[in-house]
Amino acid sequence: MSLFANIDWSDIGFATLDTLTMLGGSMALTVILGLPLGVILFLTGKGQMLENKAAHTVLGLLVNILRSVPFVILLIVMIPLTVLLVGTSLGVAGAIPPLVVGAAPFYARLVETALREVDKGVVEASFALGGSRRQVVLGALLPEAMPGIIAGATVTAIALVSYTAMAGVVGAGGLGDLAIRFGYQRFQTDVMVVTVVVLLILVQVLQMVGDAVVRRVSHR
Amino acid sequence: MIRFDSVSKTYAASRGASGHAALREASLEVAQGEVFGVIGASGAGKSTLIRLINGLELPTGGKVVVDGDDVAALDVAGLRALRRRVGMIFQHFNLLSSKTVEQNVAFPLKLAGRAPAEIKTRTAELLARVGLSDHATKYPAQLSGGQKQRVGIARALATGPKILLCDEATSALDPETTEQILALISDLNRELGLTIVLITHEMDVVRRVCDRVAVLEAGRVVEEGPVEEVFLHPASGTARRFVGEAEEASEVALPAGVLVRLTFKGEATYKPVLGAVARETGVDYSILGGRIHKLRDAPYGQLTLALTGGDIEAAIVRFEAAGVRVDRLEDAR
Repeated sequence: MSLFANIDWSDIGFATLDTLTMLGGSMALTVILGLPLGVILFLTGKGQMLENKAAHTVLGLLVNILRSVPFVILLIVMIPLTVLLVGTSLGVAGAIPPLVVGAAPFYARLVETALREVDKGVVEASFALGGSRRQVVLGALLPEAMPGIIAGATVTAIALVSYTAMAGVVGAGGLGDLAIRFGYQRFQTDVMVVTVVVLLILVQVLQMVGDAVVRRVSHR
Repeated sequence: MIRFDSVSKTYAASRGASGHAALREASLEVAQGEVFGVIGASGAGKSTLIRLINGLELPTGGKVVVDGDDVAALDVAGLRALRRRVGMIFQHFNLLSSKTVEQNVAFPLKLAGRAPAEIKTRTAELLARVGLSDHATKYPAQLSGGQKQRVGIARALATGPKILLCDEATSALDPETTEQILALISDLNRELGLTIVLITHEMDVVRRVCDRVAVLEAGRVVEEGPVEEVFLHPASGTARRFVGEAEEASEVALPAGVLVRLTFKGEATYKPVLGAVARETGVDYSILGGRIHKLRDAPYGQLTLALTGGDIEAAIVRFEAAGVRVDRLEDAR
């Protein structure tokens, strides 16, 4: 018996593609929602430009609640909302809403942390040079925090890889689904090994690309 | 050019701590074209004072008038316009690490919405002025402290301000670099007619570049005047501490005699007055302390003496006739 007797490489190929689609789609939406959320969390914080205790507390609470729900639970709890949003809770499309809801608050916190790392003096100087709030946020604060914001995106993308595998449990497709249905339920250990290796390579590539981009934008 | 009318700044109380008064009814006036120093220990209110000038802080009492504008009364657009007329440099430079030297200098011009072509020529001009044309495409992290401060200066000058605020601008630099940056600040004052306000905790900085100085203590202006006056004849305890003479008179065991301080300025500094007067009047002297320095470009010397024997009153008259100022330090005993 050959080593990879049970492997249908085209299945692996399609599953990988599904995983990549889920990852790409949910990552894009996570950034689109999480980045502004992180910026607002930061700006409404104590001593910041738009200090607003009520808004900051409410947003912070929302983020914490979403972050404290285990992703497997979130997947299931979200099903009605997911159906409402994309018409199905299955497949790649059905996986994206819970992935975004799980990852965006996480990313928002990382963005907030990255913004807090920016030297307050640089922000003050930007105001002293005649900048408006908007100009200071877009022209100084975000560029200065960019290495941290991108490093945060890398961490989030890698978390999303494991989330997509979990999403396989509720019928999202992709590598996680393959690993569970074939690798686990049919005892096809070779399928399990291959999916794990593909996921490993994916994580590795994400980390390397992320690190390379951070190096490129960081001039500290 | 800049006027403080009994300005107070109190920071709101937070979490049980009572409010903190950073500035208490401070009044001062900075004339156009002068280099005005504000000296004080940390926590004396210097930072607050300089930030009130460009509206980074607003007063809780009194009025700050800068270049004809009441800073607290300006709207957002007015404040931004004022800030383009008031440049500022910082102790830690506060350059944008994500932008090149060139982009940092261009930043205020971009904020002001100037045309790209104008930004380009103006940036090149400014970099040449501070001697950094060769470093235009480097990032701040690749520069030395002195070079970073030059970028800071070029950036502060970008919008063609009339006033330059220096917030401990040389405190993070080594002595040699400090010298160079102070020379550059002096040049800018002379060549561009810039009004300069600098805050520092180093009397040396004030001595080298300032025309006038205010001494700040616990939020109050305790002394203000021409640097020469404050430096040679400090009236307040704080000023004396900064000048570094307090310990001279009080920590040394004093010999018997009349304690005097002689101040030689300009020409008198180099004349052999002391020996001549001693011979003529029969007064003997012990030297307790002394210093010879330059105030901006003028030399001066100061000696603390204990005079004994002979005709002390005549000696004092003779000193004064030779252009030497004599202060009796009876109170120091």
